[in-house]
Amino acid sequence: MISEQSKLRCAEFQAQLPELIGAGEDASAHPHVQSCELCRALLADLETIAEAARQLFPSVEPPDKVWDQIESAIKREEGDGSEPSGAPQP
Amino acid sequence: MPDSPTPTRDSNRTRAGGAKDAPAAPATGLSGLASSPSTVAADVLARAQAGDHQAFSQLYSLHKRRIYSLCLRMVGNIAEAEDLTQEAFLQLHRKIATFRGDSAFSTWLHRLAVNVVLMQLRKKGLSLISLDEAMEPTPEEGPSRSFGAPDPTLSGTIDRLALERAVADLPAGYRLIFILHDVEGFEHNEIASMLECSIGNSKSQLHKARLKLRDALRAQNCEEARS
Repeated sequence: MISEQSKLRCAEFQAQLPELIGAGEDASAHPHVQSCELCRALLADLETIAEAARQLFPSVEPPDKVWDQIESAIKREEGDGSEPSGAPQP
Repeated sequence: MPDSPTPTRDSNRTRAGGAKDAPAAPATGLSGLASSPSTVAADVLARAQAGDHQAFSQLYSLHKRRIYSLCLRMVGNIAEAEDLTQEAFLQLHRKIATFRGDSAFSTWLHRLAVNVVLMQLRKKGLSLISLDEAMEPTPEEGPSRSFGAPDPTLSGTIDRLALERAVADLPAGYRLIFILHDVEGFEHNEIASMLECSIGNSKSQLHKARLKLRDALRAQNCEEARS
């Protein structure tokens, strides 16, 4: 059974986490983590997610039509002597 | 007029796809010796800045994959990503003469593209000015805290597709900060500058985004375990 005091310590620690992690500090070295399995697991999961993010969304090639449209818009712009507004028309 | 945009660090540490944007093979110089890719890229850039259309198309070829991928990650929609890629390169065409080399060109272009996407998101009504209020989710949208009950963990491994789906399902504000920081590699001070929010807010939103992803992934793991 997890005591109210323990919950409080977890809440306090987790409230500090954004700043601890964001500042690049080693949150796993925090005294609370040494004695709290829940917060240790939380930290491990957050690290796993951040690590996995680096492998996300492999880069992809845009379709050829994108360049065709860019080229057309540039020609229009140079022909007009003015800047096209917003995204070019398809 | 100074280079604009001017990021504070090399965004080339973008993890997905950056290396693939290099030319396929080095060009060969008049002497028969291979020119380095960076020399070729610098020459292409200089010619594009001088108005050489062919050089600009080469610049597009060099950077299209990275810029399109960035747009796609940020908006999660193919048609919009195509439009934004167009807009980014049109902006590049208009501004390329102002690039003075204070930062790496790829960094400058990356930042320019991010700004194009952010502009579009603002037009669509995502308030990036008052992130503290506008991006704060409703209680039912927010991530759960983790205390008081034993939680199943992610066991150190995450299915990439499952995580991509979970990222796509994040509220727009969370997704934006997660992509900018964890995927694209921007620092909190850069994100705060781009999104016009505080650094603390950027840290807080990123933390909440990760917590929400954790919730989604654990829920998915539980479902898989039940079935």
